[in-house]
Amino acid sequence: MARYATNEFRAGLKVLLEGDPCSILENEFVKPGKGQAFSRVKFRNLKSGRVWERTFKSGESIEAADVMELSMEYLYSDGEFHHFMKTDGSYEQAAASAAAVAEALPWIKEQDVCQVTLWNDDPISVTAPNFVTLAVTETDPGLKGDTAAGGTKPATLSTGTVIRVPLFINIGDVLKIDTRSGDYVSRA
Amino acid sequence: MLAQIRAFFAEREVIEVQTPTLGRTSVTEPQIESLRTRDGAFLQTSPEHYMKRLLAAGAPSIYQLGPVYRAGESGRLHQEEFTMLEWYRIGYDDQALMTEVAALIDGLLGPAPYERMTYESLVGAVHGEPTELDLAYAEAVEALGPLRCFVTDYPASQAALARVRGDGGDARAARFELIIDRVEIANGYHELTDAAELGARMAKDNQRRREAGREVMAPDGRLLAAMAHGLPDCAGVAIGVDRLVMLAVGASSLAEVVPFADR
Repeated sequence: MARYATNEFRAGLKVLLEGDPCSILENEFVKPGKGQAFSRVKFRNLKSGRVWERTFKSGESIEAADVMELSMEYLYSDGEFHHFMKTDGSYEQAAASAAAVAEALPWIKEQDVCQVTLWNDDPISVTAPNFVTLAVTETDPGLKGDTAAGGTKPATLSTGTVIRVPLFINIGDVLKIDTRSGDYVSRA
Repeated sequence: MLAQIRAFFAEREVIEVQTPTLGRTSVTEPQIESLRTRDGAFLQTSPEHYMKRLLAAGAPSIYQLGPVYRAGESGRLHQEEFTMLEWYRIGYDDQALMTEVAALIDGLLGPAPYERMTYESLVGAVHGEPTELDLAYAEAVEALGPLRCFVTDYPASQAALARVRGDGGDARAARFELIIDRVEIANGYHELTDAAELGARMAKDNQRRREAGREVMAPDGRLLAAMAHGLPDCAGVAIGVDRLVMLAVGASSLAEVVPFADR
């Protein structure tokens, strides 16, 4: 695999750090006037999502990671793995572990197109679309006439996720949801 | 700010000089790389060598305000081309020069108190592997907080062109830096005047360059000859003017204040 030297470090570069695939977030050039130059680098560990900070001497290099971010369609779950398919017409599939899909799973249903991060062709994280539409399977009956501003109540979605919705929502309504905040947006 | 600086030195009868930015030789500093033209000349990383040659030739106290160049230095606080103010005071030592640096800074940024710390009290060590010391120093500077601080008594191994006081493990360079709000602003010396010692340090620099796989730099024979002829007892200091402008306007990177910055 290729290696990147400190002067090639850029935000977005995918590298291997302590065996884990990471994405560079920031690279700061640090140098006392007469002293050694360093690169102070912030990484996002693509498996854990944690941010790591490391300092390198200028000229040091680290191994590149074979990481790709692709749009993939969610096909189905076999109980253990979650299967996704490329949308480039190749019909190639990849199986994501429960850990990789954990953050997206509350929001996605079959045929939703997600952003999948593949490391050595293996999915390591799945991001749900920013907005999804999901049906309400359970909630208290809607209050007639209360279509304007007012309180909220819990509603269970078809994925099993519970969110807060306005009082006028009924079972069977299809809702638009912002997956980044988990907030109700509108009826779809 | 450039006009204020010139007025400060005019009042103190320090004479402005303009020495070449292009030279046949450049510094041997192990951690500073010079940009080189196609026909082998070097863009100067500071006006130090030329200014010392002027002093050795009989010039009075002098200053220069102009561009200098350092290859590969680019970042929030670094530009390959930057503006340096450098001045030399005949008969001053590092203590007297620190007082004058503070007077200049007070005029440019407004008055404030100045802390004093030795390198050892800032970094926690004074002997050690150079890379580890440099990293510890960089981190200690960033941890200093929003204040003005003169750092003094550098390790003898980091004397550069400062004279060294004391012997053996107690030897310290007559070198100071001024740190303002976590940013290195000034670097000054009670200047080394011993040509033989200068030659030995240049050879040692080149030894370190060789070990690090860096290009060996031809020593500046004209500076060595000038020092052998006689450099008067003096102190000198260099200030990063772009960084001062950055602090004066409350910016956090050079790119915000330098027109046509690298990035």
